[in-house]
Amino acid sequence: MPRFWRRHRHWLTPALFLLPGLILFSLVILAASVETVWISLHEWDGIGAKTWVGLANYAELAEDPQFYVSLKNNVIWLLIFMLAPPIGLALALIVNQQIRGMRILKSLFFVPLVLATVTVGVVFGWVYDPTFGLLQLIFGLFGATAPALLSDENFATFAVAAAALWPQIAFCMVLFLAGLNNLDEDLIGAGRVDGARGWRMLRHVVLPQLSQVGFIAIAVTVIGALRSFDMVAVMTTGGPYGSSTVLAYQMYEESIFSYRFGYGAAIATVLFVIMSAFIAWYLHGLIKAERSNA
Amino acid sequence: MYPRPIPEDAKIKRGLYVGGVTLVVALWLLPLIAVMLTSIRSNEELMAGNYWGWPQKFSLIENYTAVFEQTAMLRFFLNSLLITIPSVIGVLILSTLTGFVLSRYPFRGSNLIFALFVGGNFLPAQVMMIPVRDLMVRLGLYDTVYALIVFHIAFQTGFATLFMRNFIAALPGELFQAARAEGASPFQVLRHVVVPLVRPALAALAILTFTFIWNDYFWAIVLTQSDAVKPVTAGLNNLRGEWTSAWNIVSAATIFVALPPVVMFFLMQKHFISGLTMGAVKG
Repeated sequence: MPRFWRRHRHWLTPALFLLPGLILFSLVILAASVETVWISLHEWDGIGAKTWVGLANYAELAEDPQFYVSLKNNVIWLLIFMLAPPIGLALALIVNQQIRGMRILKSLFFVPLVLATVTVGVVFGWVYDPTFGLLQLIFGLFGATAPALLSDENFATFAVAAAALWPQIAFCMVLFLAGLNNLDEDLIGAGRVDGARGWRMLRHVVLPQLSQVGFIAIAVTVIGALRSFDMVAVMTTGGPYGSSTVLAYQMYEESIFSYRFGYGAAIATVLFVIMSAFIAWYLHGLIKAERSNA
Repeated sequence: MYPRPIPEDAKIKRGLYVGGVTLVVALWLLPLIAVMLTSIRSNEELMAGNYWGWPQKFSLIENYTAVFEQTAMLRFFLNSLLITIPSVIGVLILSTLTGFVLSRYPFRGSNLIFALFVGGNFLPAQVMMIPVRDLMVRLGLYDTVYALIVFHIAFQTGFATLFMRNFIAALPGELFQAARAEGASPFQVLRHVVVPLVRPALAALAILTFTFIWNDYFWAIVLTQSDAVKPVTAGLNNLRGEWTSAWNIVSAATIFVALPPVVMFFLMQKHFISGLTMGAVKG
């Protein structure tokens, strides 16, 4: 045995190093994700035996009006979230000055990023409170009454997504600040010599250099919008009347509350397919960027 | 630098600029400031409808004592620590190992394994929810802190492997060649070359995963049920349902939940930011 070990340790030790992480990750994350696809082909209450139903869950899903509400809301989330990169860039430009006191201000901008989504949900639940909320306070200044956003079918999703935008903007801001720190000083100088200033400088000299960071900010934001669950769960629980559900939340509800694990798995699979397309696009973009850098 | 720096000698302009940005920050954090103010407001004031004015009487001690004594928040807080700390340690150990191997021992398929770690890390939690829950039930871990610890270690190892692999790959290659030339075994290389050099990466990774795990809500409600196990995030949401009208108490609890990640962030800000950008940018 010792001789075997000595002869093979150059690859055995690395293999032993790799295995714990790899096995755990494959088993808990990867295999589970694949198993979800398998479960989606069954009728299952989560405890008893699974009954094979083929694609019946997907056929039902295609007819389920709630599914289209979730899908539509995911699109709304996505559109609202697209505000995060430009606002994040704007804030990054504002704080990118070396003045005393700027560092602490910068950190304060990042605070929403480290808050739990539950915390953000609780905080904005009060902002939107129709009687005592901040929104009512602002509307009150103009003598108007604020709409009860979270209990209004037409506004609930917008209100929740807008709240979720808060940490997302901070995230984009962090990314853009890193990008601004890596700008090519020579190009900026050359631009200045050529008389480029302000908006034109931003458009023609700075933004092209931020394209990689911008791509990452957009990709991370898209993925964030598709993943949205916590805020919906905390702020509206999908209501009123299921008007603010997203795919992730509907999936949770069908499984945990209605014990329809097969149907929930089918929703998860749809989410999986949509996400995989975005992830593939993201990784492709990153690899391309890395190649062009090398 | 862009935008053009405001010159050092333009003292007034610089002062005004900082003042302006301070105003923007105040607006930006207004919702949070309001919650902080509410957390030190007395019951009487809330009854009288003073929700947004400056508190007339400070009930800081009363409100926070009420959170500790009348609610289970302290228990939840302890649960969160019991879940988060072992998870972070587990992630750091596993990802140092996987990152080391994937960056320094290329073999056929190592890129594929790396891609799996990276790709899996972007999957939405719901995609694995049903099988993971089922697995924990069958292992008898459902509704224990171990269910969350095992899951968090597994999931964060994806991101952490990406992070450590990139960091170790960027270390000077001569160090590894020299160690190998001297006949060091892989374990010795790990012990004497990698571990001393990856400390900054581990610090960044620790603060990041701490924040991710502490703030998790989804898995907390999927894998736990009882108050004895529940972390703060799930606890806070329950509390909100039970104490609907006691805004000051719920506010205090909210601040209490937010405190550890915020404090960690301010203490280790540089690590946090560099970790976040490296994780996202270096892909």
